[in-house]
Amino acid sequence: MIRFILRRLLLLIPVIIGLTMIMFAIARLLPGDPVGLAAGPNATAAERAALATEFGLDRPVWEQYATYVGGLAHGDFGTSLLTRRPVGADLAAYLPATLELVFAAMFIAVALGIPLGLITALWRNRWPDYVSQVLAIGAISMPRFFLGLLLQLCFAMWLMWLPLGGRLPIIVFPPEPITGFITLDALLTGDWQVFTTALRHLIMPAVALSLSPLATIMRMMRASTIEVMGQDYVMTARALGLPRHKILGRVIARNAVSATLTVIGLYFGWLLGGTVLVETVFDWPGLGLYATKAILSQDMMPVIGVALVIGLIFVLANLVIDLAYGLINPKVRYA
Amino acid sequence: MTDTSAAPAPAKARNDGVARMLYRFRQSRLSMVGAALVALVLFFAAFGPMLAPYPGHVAGGVETASRFQPPSVAHPFGTNELGQDVLSLTMAGTTVSVLAGFGVVLIGALIGTVVGAVAGYVGGWTDEALMRFTDLTLTIPGLILAMAIAAALGPGFQNMVLAISLSWWPGYARLVRGEVLAAREEVYVTAARATGAGPGRILFRHVLPNCVSPIIVKMSLDMGFAILTVAGLGFIGIGVRPPTPEWGTLLSNARSYMPDYWWTAMAPGMAMFVAVFGFNLLGDGLRDILDPKGRR
Repeated sequence: MIRFILRRLLLLIPVIIGLTMIMFAIARLLPGDPVGLAAGPNATAAERAALATEFGLDRPVWEQYATYVGGLAHGDFGTSLLTRRPVGADLAAYLPATLELVFAAMFIAVALGIPLGLITALWRNRWPDYVSQVLAIGAISMPRFFLGLLLQLCFAMWLMWLPLGGRLPIIVFPPEPITGFITLDALLTGDWQVFTTALRHLIMPAVALSLSPLATIMRMMRASTIEVMGQDYVMTARALGLPRHKILGRVIARNAVSATLTVIGLYFGWLLGGTVLVETVFDWPGLGLYATKAILSQDMMPVIGVALVIGLIFVLANLVIDLAYGLINPKVRYA
Repeated sequence: MTDTSAAPAPAKARNDGVARMLYRFRQSRLSMVGAALVALVLFFAAFGPMLAPYPGHVAGGVETASRFQPPSVAHPFGTNELGQDVLSLTMAGTTVSVLAGFGVVLIGALIGTVVGAVAGYVGGWTDEALMRFTDLTLTIPGLILAMAIAAALGPGFQNMVLAISLSWWPGYARLVRGEVLAAREEVYVTAARATGAGPGRILFRHVLPNCVSPIIVKMSLDMGFAILTVAGLGFIGIGVRPPTPEWGTLLSNARSYMPDYWWTAMAPGMAMFVAVFGFNLLGDGLRDILDPKGRR
């Protein structure tokens, strides 16, 4: 098992090299004018040339690439052309916000999706099943940014139950960072007031983000439950006279969940990149908002950094899911 | 006499198959709802700009006297900050969204099919290299990749479609590779090779036509998401520039006038939902009849 993990971790190296190459090709080979945008409309040719020299943008692309990868080896993600801040520090500041949002959304999706999937499978081909199918397709079809706007309109502007956006009001000091998740840190330091404030900020973006994974997990869980219910071992369990709730909980649910896990893993990585629009609507200071601002000014170093971090987490999430299979289902062997 | 009755039999069998498919499709009420919604969306995509009650507003006309009128009989979805009829803009916006969605799915499927077919048919290190590249592209979040390419290419309809397509093909490459790998071993491929057909002819005349239905199913399931992605780029401010009406841009505009003039957001948002919902229902129905394996 350790060898399995090590080998999978070694695979990260070609992923890093490939990802940086693709992003570099987009950044440097497509006809953009990042220097012009960063220097501003009134900059002279000399000022632009100075900026390009400072950031090494006048060098050949392969040389820029070599410098970047060399820096990566030392944990240096380059410098933003626009803010002149080191990208690594920015990523460290914004990543926890995105992760907190994605974990919260995934929590909602799994906590509701798995039981709902089980229930609809038990009521297969009766009206609750049909209604849930229509609702699931509807949930997937709902544009997240429109849903976000509707939630804001309803709960923040009309009812005024929840804050409009952001992670914490400026006047509230965030707790000592332990995990980087404000809600969790506030709990760990026992600061109830900050916890409830942070949670109130988290609810709407997390709900807006959770809708389509919730629908997918529910449908996936329904399909695998139906498949498991037809298996011989379920009939054996029933023949042995096991009580209904035990068959459902231990035999059916456990086997059905392991098939649903893959979807959860894929969705996790997908959500990391899918937060862009939700973060924009709710002014959530995460990677998506950071990448959007950088992209709009063609400031490519932060974009490459964001793509790299999300790509790595995507690969790691799949590794964790593969390991989780083994915990749920001992029949799985790591080869 | 007996000869003539035997000849048309294969054609009849095929018609039977199509008829059965149509029958099954019609039996599924959800698919029919989806087909109706898609027909409505396509109708507006073709005629929306002409049918719009205020064509002047679609062309960029401004009526500052009637800014921010709440919904009324004359303006069922109100007017925006320039006094333009929101319903007219939304109807006209259908064209851009549907065309862009079609373009993205078509180009994405084309690139992906070529990559996947070559990888699956040639095999060896070509397969290895192409599929590793595909997997890599899949690890970059699609929206961020599309945004980065679109920003570098500059604004405009074609650049936006191209940018999203370039982040859209990997799914097709994986799908087609799998199909080609399976089809390659079929007897009719051996037969074609025995009659002297070259690899290009076998791949494009024999193997690929047998992989068409899963590709069509995926394209129809992807249409809705392509429309969502187009609108997402518009919402962020990349893509088609005003005065060309586009749903995402309309929604992003409406957002700045949110609590007081909420109605400006409703028509584009609902249009997006209805269009995507319709394509998703239709795609689900098509999957059930064309690709029974993929049924869930």
